[in-house]
Amino acid sequence: MTRRFFAALTVLVALVVAHPAAAVQPDEMLKDPALEARARALSTGLRCLVCQNQSIDDSDAPLAHDLRVLIRRRLAAGDSDKQIIDFLVARYGDFILLKPPFAWDTVLLWAVAPGVLVLGAVAIAITSRRRRGEPPSPPLDDGEEAALRRLLSSDGG
Amino acid sequence: MIAELGQFALVLALMLALIQSSLPFYGALRGEPRLAAVATPAALTQFLLVGLAFAALVHAYVVSDFSLLNVYQNSHSSKPLLYKVTGVWGNHEGSMLLWVLILALFGALVAAFGTNLPDRLKALVLVVQAWISSAFLLFILLTSNPFARLVPAPIEGNDLNPALQDIGLAIHPPLLYLGYVGCSISFAFAVAALIEGRIDAAWARWVRPWTLTAWMFLTAGIAMGSYWAYYTLGWGGFWFWDPVENASLMPWLVATALLHSAVVMEKRDALKVWTVLLAILAFSLSLIGTFLVRSGVLTSVHAFASDPTRGVFILIILVVFIGGALLLFAARAGALAPGGVFAPISREGALILNNLFLTAAAATVVVGTLYPLALEALTGTRISVGAPFFNLTFAPLATALLIIVPFGPLLAWKRGDLLAAAQRLVFAFAIAILAAILAAALTGGGSPLPLFGVWLGVWLIAGAVSELALRLRLGSLPLRDSLGRAAGLPRSAFGVTLAHAGLGVTVLGIVAASTWSSELIHSMKPGDTAEIAGYTLRLEGFRERPGPDYRETEVRFAVTRGDRPVAEMTPTKRAFAARDVTTTQAAIRTIAFSQLYLSLGDIARDGTTTVRAYWKPLVTFTWLGAVVMALGGLLSLSDRRLRVGAPRPARRTRPAPAESP
Repeated sequence: MTRRFFAALTVLVALVVAHPAAAVQPDEMLKDPALEARARALSTGLRCLVCQNQSIDDSDAPLAHDLRVLIRRRLAAGDSDKQIIDFLVARYGDFILLKPPFAWDTVLLWAVAPGVLVLGAVAIAITSRRRRGEPPSPPLDDGEEAALRRLLSSDGG
Repeated sequence: MIAELGQFALVLALMLALIQSSLPFYGALRGEPRLAAVATPAALTQFLLVGLAFAALVHAYVVSDFSLLNVYQNSHSSKPLLYKVTGVWGNHEGSMLLWVLILALFGALVAAFGTNLPDRLKALVLVVQAWISSAFLLFILLTSNPFARLVPAPIEGNDLNPALQDIGLAIHPPLLYLGYVGCSISFAFAVAALIEGRIDAAWARWVRPWTLTAWMFLTAGIAMGSYWAYYTLGWGGFWFWDPVENASLMPWLVATALLHSAVVMEKRDALKVWTVLLAILAFSLSLIGTFLVRSGVLTSVHAFASDPTRGVFILIILVVFIGGALLLFAARAGALAPGGVFAPISREGALILNNLFLTAAAATVVVGTLYPLALEALTGTRISVGAPFFNLTFAPLATALLIIVPFGPLLAWKRGDLLAAAQRLVFAFAIAILAAILAAALTGGGSPLPLFGVWLGVWLIAGAVSELALRLRLGSLPLRDSLGRAAGLPRSAFGVTLAHAGLGVTVLGIVAASTWSSELIHSMKPGDTAEIAGYTLRLEGFRERPGPDYRETEVRFAVTRGDRPVAEMTPTKRAFAARDVTTTQAAIRTIAFSQLYLSLGDIARDGTTTVRAYWKPLVTFTWLGAVVMALGGLLSLSDRRLRVGAPRPARRTRPAPAESP
């Protein structure tokens, strides 16, 4: 167990700590600012596949570097954003997209926010309608009246 | 020897927790007050014992006792004292011990200050608290014993993960744990109420200060974690929608909802069932957060070690407590009588809307965090859920909620007047529009979304302030009379103003820093200059410096604006020998709420350095807003009507003063 602990720790440290400074290197950047801006925008939406939830724009892992260079090469060759994304998805699967596509196995994922909102609103509407139809609470009986008077008379300090 | 004492204290604490779980439970159910009364001294002693165990571990770290496996793995004799102490919870075993220590602390606080609670309710609350602490003490003793010995004892330790050798480790985890674990109190109250089958406005009054305390710590803990990530990770981001961050955001959203629904329950005796459910959910999400972070399901800087047995154990705790509480809720919620009736347009209605949006937002975060894990486990398909997803789902919900925030406090209980509230907010609306126009002028127009963000932030601040001004009749009464009214207002009124205004401050910070920041990534040699946001950076030179357990290379930059020198900034790279790891320390200069942020990439042999410079306008608002929110919570908490240990007579003779809106 100890050995596995160290193995895990080593991987962890290699992933997290050995690359503290982030991302895009000066020599990767394109000369054309418009193309470079497109490259950055694309990069922020793509996951660095070997990292923990980082975009390739943020990550310093070698794979992220390779992907950044690849995107810039394709941009320079005149590819559209969609062509590049399609190419990467074909190569790496949907896992590379930080925004999961809307598909049958992600319906639940996308539907939860609006679903909770709508169901909640319906539940509130039903409850409040039912509540309004209720008779008002019954009047206090003598014992309760007395208890109330006692409580009220002790008020004031 | 001291370590064995610590271990022994931990075992005793477990025994005591088991007694506290059972005897008072029997006593409370069977109406035997003397058995029920056992809970109080048991809770106090349990805290003492866990405290003793914790102190023993701290001692082992301070004296660098490497015969303890945990100390050997996570400490180093040359580490500064501060990091020796904070290193206690910079690892799995120690951080679980801190978790249980805080749990025991909250239990002891209820035992000590809950003198005004009905005896039966108090006993039941402490019983539920003891169930939780029994489970986690068992978890520590069986799977994560921090006192395990190592024979033969090594001479030197492995050192603490350098990423954690930071003042942030002294602040962030304890704050966050105080928040997470603080939610256990409202959970215990909710379960106790369900067991009793009785719940009333007084219950909400007892629960509110605890929820407020937990919420305050969560707010501060999340903000601190965000700032820590901002200054260590080196690219100036402060929120990444990382599952571990989400794990802390989920309970925060639900605790915020609980805070508001408990107000309705206390003041109007309504929303009882819902409030109980929120109390259960808030702690359930804290447990899920603990599971996500501690089980190794996620690998990140927070997951210190992955060991499947631990994950399974926490999962069992999770299922038993969440499942049990929800089952109990399903069985008993019907017994809780509904309370006061109100019109849709009313303070209650506004708070329900608040709860609806917060719940939907929390659900989004929960699903966004857990869905990829579940999908991979069930079908093997791997998907990523990152910032773009949350920008599309969470952001609109949060925005809708924030727009309506200023209306809430202006609506009357039972039946409110939306038009009148809107009229009273005209001034705030105008100021917010002006601020957006000003922002457009300053930044040269651009996309309308960030301008809307500026409007929203100022709208929240101005709305909160004008609500207070209206209550004080500022302007329509002479100033002296207004001040007199201010003295008469309950402190919680100021707390609300601060908390809502703090939200606006945070919104402004997020909008400004994510829209109008500049970035410069550049290779520089000594003598080179570069420009960012009107500031000139000149790389002056390098300096090698030894630190306690590392060597660092300082890179000196002279920062000027025009001819005027602004600052000298020195980002550094640190090499830690014990773990053969290099870290980068960014240099940050705060200039009137905005920050200039310098970080280093690789330094080549010939001195060519990759420099990352960021100008982050108003970025500090992001965290200052959270501090303001937490201060608002503190102010509310200091309100004598809510004070945790308010003496019995004050409670008795002063039922809720009818508060006029």
